[in-house]
Formats: sequence, structure tokens, C-alpha cells
Amino acid sequence: MAMANLLEVRGVSKIFRMGSLLSRVKLTAVDDVSFNIPADHPVILSIVGESGCGKTTLCKLVLRMYAPDMGDILLDGVSYQGKDATREAAFRKMVQPIFQNSFEAFSARKTVDSYLYNTALRLGIVKGRKAASELIDQTLSAVGMSLGVVRGKYSSQFSGGELQRVAIARALITKPRLIIADEPVAMIDASMKMNIVNLFKELKDAFNVSFIYITHDLSTAYYVSDYIATLYRGGLIEYGMSKEIMENAAHPYTRLLMDSVPTVGDKWTRDVAMSDIEEKEYAISYCKFAPRCSYATDECRAARPAMRTLEGGRQVLCNHPLTA
Amino acid sequence: MIKVDHLTASYKTLDGNVVAVEDANFEIRDNEIFGVAGESGCGKSTLLKVLYDILDFPLQVDAGRVLFTGEKNGQPFSLETGGVRKAWWNHISYVPQAAMSVLNPIARLKNQFLDSIPPEDRGRETKEQTLDRVRAYLEELNLSSETLDAYPFQLSGGMRQRAIIALATFMHPSVILADEPTTALDVVVQRGILMLLMKLQKASRNTMVLVSHDLGVHYQITDRIGIMYSGRMMEIGKTVDLFQNPKHPYTAMLIDALPRVGDKRQRVGIPGSPPPLRNPPPGCRFAARCPKAKDVCRHDAPAFREVSQGRYAACHLLEGEDA
Repeated sequence: MAMANLLEVRGVSKIFRMGSLLSRVKLTAVDDVSFNIPADHPVILSIVGESGCGKTTLCKLVLRMYAPDMGDILLDGVSYQGKDATREAAFRKMVQPIFQNSFEAFSARKTVDSYLYNTALRLGIVKGRKAASELIDQTLSAVGMSLGVVRGKYSSQFSGGELQRVAIARALITKPRLIIADEPVAMIDASMKMNIVNLFKELKDAFNVSFIYITHDLSTAYYVSDYIATLYRGGLIEYGMSKEIMENAAHPYTRLLMDSVPTVGDKWTRDVAMSDIEEKEYAISYCKFAPRCSYATDECRAARPAMRTLEGGRQVLCNHPLTA
Repeated sequence: MIKVDHLTASYKTLDGNVVAVEDANFEIRDNEIFGVAGESGCGKSTLLKVLYDILDFPLQVDAGRVLFTGEKNGQPFSLETGGVRKAWWNHISYVPQAAMSVLNPIARLKNQFLDSIPPEDRGRETKEQTLDRVRAYLEELNLSSETLDAYPFQLSGGMRQRAIIALATFMHPSVILADEPTTALDVVVQRGILMLLMKLQKASRNTMVLVSHDLGVHYQITDRIGIMYSGRMMEIGKTVDLFQNPKHPYTAMLIDALPRVGDKRQRVGIPGSPPPLRNPPPGCRFAARCPKAKDVCRHDAPAFREVSQGRYAACHLLEGEDA
């Protein structure tokens, strides 16, 4: 038997139908995406890509907020299909979300600690308020806060960084196996961003929890993650060890993305190809990057390339993967 | 040249004044891209609003002024806060962040270009002649002239931002103020826009002030950079020098906290968070988070002064390093 996986995403697609009655448009937001997260050790997988590439839709699929139109997702070997109420609670214990804007995630009218108690008590993690307080204080201290500081306060009384820490602590209460963090540091200032990102690294081992870290910020993705998946127009185009991908991208799009990150150290010299992306690119039946790709050949414009595995186990969806 | 002369600007609220920019005193030179960096709430956008003279309630200038001097088409000009509006588009223009909400949603782009022509210049040529010039200019910026007939919603985010840049630079103003011009854009598009801004500045040799929270962006395109924190200017210097050898502890810690591709070393953020602007503590604003803070830092605000050739900073710890 193959190695057991914590999460298996198998050929998942999600299609949105948009537009009016007469001009109905189908938009394949997630297009035949497959990847695994291993069960034997915790990892951080970053999903990177530009806006509209399907990052958030993919994370909502994994969180069961959407049902896939094609394919299946397996958590610990159990399919998402045919779920029932009892398994829903078990699922919530195993998979927890962290959102981008913690000021929206916590209502301004409820105290922040009420969310923590609800998570602890309603999912049956502990029984009784005293035991819940203990557990909450424990998890809060793991993120550098304490129940004494948080108790009775509303979200507006925290800074963005502090509130995001509380959101992380809330997710940890259920002792999840997998945390889905959708752009968790996008709204946090540079001086505090690394404190949050470092937390993910620490918690990964301390709580034995894997993360799916969704971001458009490639430098933090490089810093924190073990694996990286690049999405383009809904399709997974490159997947592998983060160091390999970030330092030596094989897909021309990933390479373009890496070259475009404004970094401190190397000044840009040459211009980049900058054709604008249009909605119709989602519907292309051949390689979706071909219209913008300088390496594209007739082969790329004829059919969708097959996922190929390169040396070292990296997967790339390209007929002409770049080498060093 | 832009002279920001002991400028203090605040927002009037029911609970008292929120001083967003306090005693800013520095110069922005001709023919340079000057970056203003800092975290949210540090006053960088307020500074830009005062520069562009958008002093709508509740924002007001409490002290100091901003003075623009320069020359356009051989004609010298001098503008001061309160009188900058009449020179909008012609001498000074503004590239805002939210490209989505800036263009008039129900006007075709060509009409928005025609609107930007100052009334006194409108009689000089026919609308068609003006539009021909606009078309030629758009081609230079890699925008097809068909975009002129489009409504803003028909353009992608990157095209819209380039259209706004075209609009802002069409009259070849001496000063271009850009407030987070690429923040909502994807990195690939961002790079294209930044390269475009850089190219335009090089070609017309004017002054560009770029506000961004992204230090990587500043490193890539600015010549000099000012770091703001909690309403105060902390350090100003040549961009490359400042990144290599930051003088102010805040700048140093901020640069240290930047993750970089190709470098997996452990990075730490700065503990704590910025002080409130409504009732800021006395002394240096950064003292509470500064590991090197001394007693004097907590009581007296350090003066912003030249600490070495062309480098300005506000820090008591640099006292011995006079120029």
C-alpha cells in the first residue's frame, strides 16, 4: 500500500456559472487539481499564484465550503462525498481555517474569548467552562498571548497582529491535523508579519499540525513552506519542494512570477512580458499559459500538456520545462 | 524641488486631534524618485495628501507648509499649500491606489482625458488633435488606442492602472505623487507598472514621490527613501545606502524582518505594535519597541538631523555620530 496521506486532492474541479440568462459563462475556477499532504510528518504547503488563479476556491473546497464538481478529496482516507452530520463535527476538529481579515472573522459585537469558548465547548473538545479556560489559556500562550489579556475584550481592542494570533489560537483549540490559512498575513504590517509567519513554523512541530498556506506573497511562502504549489488560471502547474521551485522554477510562469517579486538585493534590469490576463483564458483547452509564454510551440497550442515528473519528484505541467 | 517645512497635519475628531504627520522637515529634489515607506497608520498617505493639497475636513495643517519650486517649459513656478489645486494635472499630478474607484465609471476614457486638459489650453487645438496626441502617448505606454473608447470596467486592473498613469503623466507634470500605485495588483503586473513609472521619470526627468508599504518596491525603483513611523519621519537617505547601512534602529529591524527568496535564515519581526496616534507617548515614538532605548529616548523626542553626508535620522543613539 502506498504511503498514507493526510489529505488527498484527486482531480478536483470547481465550475462557477456566471452571467445573465442570455450570456451564460462557465468559469472553471479550479481545474483538475491533484496533490497530497503526507500523514507521517507535519508540513507547510504554500499555494501561490496571482489573483483569480483559484487559490481561495481551492481552500474552500478543502474546507468543505464548496462541493467539488468533479474529483474527490480524501481526508485521512475518508472521502468528502456522502458526509453526514456526525462526521461534520469530526471534520471540524481535524481541519480548521484562519482567514485573511481577522477583524471580519471576529464579530465586533461579541467578545473575542466567546469564540474561543464556543470552539472548545460546542465541538466537545472539553467539558465544562473551567476545563475550557485551561485549554484556551494553554493555546493562547502557544501564540504569545494569555486568557487574562484576551478575556472580555472586543476585536476592536486588538491590533491586527494580535487578533490574528487569537485566530490562530482558536484554530489550535481543536488540536487539528490541518490548518488552512488563507492570506493570513496580507493585512499585517511588515514589522509584525514575520512574528506570525514564524508562529506557523513553531506550531507545525509543537502541535503536529500541517498547514496549507495560501498567499500571493512569494517571499514569505519561500521562507515558511516545505512544499509549494503554483496555480495558474485554476490549474496546478508546478508542485514540489519549495526550495527547488523558488530557486529554480521549471514552469515558465513560475519563473516569471519569481522574477517579478520586488526583492531587496538585486535590481531589476530587463523588462518582463506583460500581456494582460483575460477571462477567456480560463476557457482555453490547451496550455492556459501559452498565449503569454515565450517558449510556447504548436504542441502547446494543440492540447493541454500532461503533468510530468522531473528529477527530484517535482511535478510540472509543461511541455518544455526550464532547466537551471 | 519640494520643501516640506516643519509640517504638522492632523485629523480633527470628536475625541481630539489625531496627529498623523508631526514636524516633517525635509526636501525632495528635482529629478529623483523619492520613496516614503512605513507601516499602516504611519502617516505616509496623509503626507501625500498634504503634498497634493487635498485638505478636506477632517484633515488640516496645524503648522508648517509645503513649497514647490521648479520650472516647466522655461517658465519658473512656485506653489504653496493652499494654492496647489490650480496646478493639478499641469504641474503636479496624483496616481492613487484604488484604480478601480478613481476613474469615472460611466465615462469613456477619452472623455476623461479631455477633462484633464486645463481650461486655458482647451482652445488651442481641436478635440481630435488632443485625442491624437493622447493616442500617440498611449502607444508609448503599450496601451492600445482602442482603450480610449472603453469604459473603465472593460479594462483589467493592470490596464486601468496604466490608463491612470497615462492620465496623470500626459501633461508632463513636474511632480508626480503616487500613493501605493501597485498594491492591489499581481506581482507580474506590478513589475510592469513599476518599470513603466521608472521609465517615465527617466524620460521626463521630473520628481516622483512614491508611497508604498513594500520595501522591495522601494529598493527596486526609488533613488532616495524616507522611513516614517507613527507620524514621524525616522530616517532619510539614498535607498541603496539605507538598505545596506541603516542608521535608525527601526529601519534596521524593519529591513532585518524582510523575508527574501533564496535566504531561509530565521527572521524575526519587531515585537509590540506602534503607539496610538491620539495620545502618543512622549519621547521617541519607537522607544517602547526599541531594544536599545535609553531613558532619554522615553522622555525627549529626538531631533531629525543630518547624521552623515546626505543621511538624516531622528535618534538619540546617533548623538555621537555628527556629520
